[in-house]
Amino acid sequence: MIALERRPQASTAWTWAAPLMAVVLTMIFGGLLFAALGKDPLVAIRTIFWDPLFGEFASFYRPQLLVKGAPLVLIAIGLSFGFRAGIWNIGAEGQYILGAICGAAVGLALYPSEARWLIFPLMIAGGALGGFLWAMIPGLLKVRFNANEILVSLMLVYVAEQLLAAMALGALKNPEGMGFPGSRNLAQWDSSVSWIDRSAGLHWGVLFALGAVVAAYALMARHVLGFQIRLTGQSPRAAAFAGVRPNRLILVCLGLAGALAGLAGMFEVTGPAGQITIDFNVGYGFTAIIVAFLGRLHPVGILLAGGIMALTYIGGEIAQNQLGTPAAAIQVFQGMLLFFLLAVDVLTHYRLRLGRKAPAPAPRPAPAPEAAE
Amino acid sequence: MSDALLRLDGVTKAYPGVVANADVSMTIRPGEIHALLGENGAGKSTLVKAIYGLVTPDRGRMTLMGRPYAPHDPHAARAAGVAMVFQHFSLFDALTVAENVALGMEDPPPFRTLAARIREVSETYGLPLDPFRTVGDLSAGERQRVEIVRCLLQDPKLLIMDEPTSVLTPQEVAILFETLRKLSAEGTAILYISHKLEEIRALCESATILRLGRVVATCDPRETSARAMAEMMVGGSLHVPARDRAEPGAVVLRIEGLSAASPRAFGTSLKDVRLEVRRGEVLGIGGVAGNGQDELLAALSGEMTAPRGLIFFEDHDVGPMGPDARRALGLLAAPEERNGHAAAPGMSLTENAALTGRVREGLTRRGFLDWGRARGFAASVIETFDVRTPGTETAAGALSGGNLQKFVIGREILQRPEVLVVNQPTWGVDASAAAAIRQALLDIAERGAAVVAISQDLDELMEISDRFAALNEGRLSPPRPAAGLTVEEIGLMLGGAHDMDVAHV
Repeated sequence: MIALERRPQASTAWTWAAPLMAVVLTMIFGGLLFAALGKDPLVAIRTIFWDPLFGEFASFYRPQLLVKGAPLVLIAIGLSFGFRAGIWNIGAEGQYILGAICGAAVGLALYPSEARWLIFPLMIAGGALGGFLWAMIPGLLKVRFNANEILVSLMLVYVAEQLLAAMALGALKNPEGMGFPGSRNLAQWDSSVSWIDRSAGLHWGVLFALGAVVAAYALMARHVLGFQIRLTGQSPRAAAFAGVRPNRLILVCLGLAGALAGLAGMFEVTGPAGQITIDFNVGYGFTAIIVAFLGRLHPVGILLAGGIMALTYIGGEIAQNQLGTPAAAIQVFQGMLLFFLLAVDVLTHYRLRLGRKAPAPAPRPAPAPEAAE
Repeated sequence: MSDALLRLDGVTKAYPGVVANADVSMTIRPGEIHALLGENGAGKSTLVKAIYGLVTPDRGRMTLMGRPYAPHDPHAARAAGVAMVFQHFSLFDALTVAENVALGMEDPPPFRTLAARIREVSETYGLPLDPFRTVGDLSAGERQRVEIVRCLLQDPKLLIMDEPTSVLTPQEVAILFETLRKLSAEGTAILYISHKLEEIRALCESATILRLGRVVATCDPRETSARAMAEMMVGGSLHVPARDRAEPGAVVLRIEGLSAASPRAFGTSLKDVRLEVRRGEVLGIGGVAGNGQDELLAALSGEMTAPRGLIFFEDHDVGPMGPDARRALGLLAAPEERNGHAAAPGMSLTENAALTGRVREGLTRRGFLDWGRARGFAASVIETFDVRTPGTETAAGALSGGNLQKFVIGREILQRPEVLVVNQPTWGVDASAAAAIRQALLDIAERGAAVVAISQDLDELMEISDRFAALNEGRLSPPRPAAGLTVEEIGLMLGGAHDMDVAHV
């Protein structure tokens, strides 16, 4: 008989061991998945996790890690504030798209000016503002009408995708593009390009992501706002007693998440993507949810998790090219990672007891009668 | 003894680091009302959990009606004839009485039969109850009846009652005692857990006293003084809080006709509450749980804001202010629920010290928390109020209830309040710690602060209050000097007899 017993205090060791164990379990079961597809599991795992870093063509793949990892980390950091406080913004993908549209629109409005000192900062502000405002829609609806932010933010992703298509085909379409959908290439315009060193994979988004990690760390560990966020997540009633205004916190958390996702979108469109196109978004906003949880909603954890997730993206592409694995396999792989993380996470708060039957819980919906010792 | 209903022989239960019950032996005879006494942490809870099948003892034997008795879960205990009424009710507010009763039964009869049975049982035992009323609308006393009737429908041989009177008015207590005596006369044994020694003297025929998990004495409560029993529980002499009653000073807190809807479903709205508290004074507010205590505390702490012109701290109109602004002025509060309201159970004591201490203890600098100072503040609370904890980084939820209570009360007291509002300040705290908390409340009053003590423990209120008022259905009775109030008068105030004031307005 196996029984779960609640730990009096969450286990620190398991807090950090759980993500590692989830990665290992994902490797094992992912390997079995590849074996079932008729691929050599060891080769597949090596292709995904080893080759991008240390393989023959690693120098080509390593910069890609920065390119993929930066938006994931930037968005996940933003999401982590809300997730800590129990505010579930599932619509970062939409905020990312709006950040890209608004950032690009600000820049394109000033095309072909050469005043980069003015245009690029304006575009950054525009991107952040676009994501922020898009996140304010679920925020205000939640505060005003208690609308569920999960549903509203998620549905707004699909609205944002339609808007993206409309922009790529309409307002932002390249007038010199010979009728092809898509905006001008912002990565080729000196005033708007976000690349710093393209061959190293370094663009402004990478620096912002690192800055966000440091700022988030300081905010969560030391700032009153971070304390209030953690307190709200732990016990909303204690937070109200401590003077937290819940509605303000909802708007702050959603706003931060939106602004950071918007920034990620803006740096993407002026760098790796280059232009607003119909298929500009590739799911970073959703994958970032996994990154946030895999990183324990902790800034440093998110940085590492973003790296691992970027690795699976790149490794997955290599596996697709070299081993012929289906594209969906890598998504299954990422899904497994979240699944195992949530499963292993139980051990952070509970311990396993083997053997004799554990004391039965109270039979009725009773709060356990612990008060009368 | 062959006439024993339940016998315990050497029951021992150890948890990691603590022996909850060590070699406990006791006997309960059929029809006996047997008191189980002890301070918090003495092992009462573990012992009754063992009898009710919630805990399996490590060693020892239990015998019920001559047969070995080892229930592995409460179903088995109920099947064997042991029933229990918990201190905290496990009822669904949104369901009716009959539905709630049916949920707790192994094999509920058809609804119509059940309703009839509920009526019959409740009337037989003097506990009138309408099976079709919604539990959310019942008073605490009526809710307890639902729990008792639920037990009685199973026709128990032994009924365990855990602190049953903490939520009742004196009149309701009298009705409950009648019921229990009737049950006892019919042969049902009752194991009665309470801290209220006078009640035990009035009701019980025998008592077993536990200290640190061991049986230290048995006595006949009818022939033992309350003080003697308390000293057996504590294992020493008892400190009775005292102070020099000073002349009350200027009015420092004033509520002028506050009416406010409860923020919670099934909460109680405050209705035209008026009060004045002076410096150096303790205002005791009694009342049965659920009559607006939580709401009154929220209105004073700032969790629930009020329009202008209703709540004044000295000359400041604090109604629209949130908790932090009120704290800055010196209006502090300690809510009843420790876990999740006064403290965040998953956070460390340091973090919980910053939870309310941030403003007055200067724990922030330009928006950043100074964890070093917060730790120092937590450490001084722990030291001053004798909080038993491994250290400041322990999670609040890992502390025992009484220790956490000492921490949350101490945290406010050390912030030098001008006005301190407490709700159930010694709830679940053992006698010596409770005395220390009451003494601390009296000390700050003597120093010139005003104290508003909301409590359901009338003995406590009589011990510390200068004036006494009662909350009933969200209305506050006009305060009266506490000295010289009789139990009958208090009972009438609690029961809402001051409604007469409203009637002729």
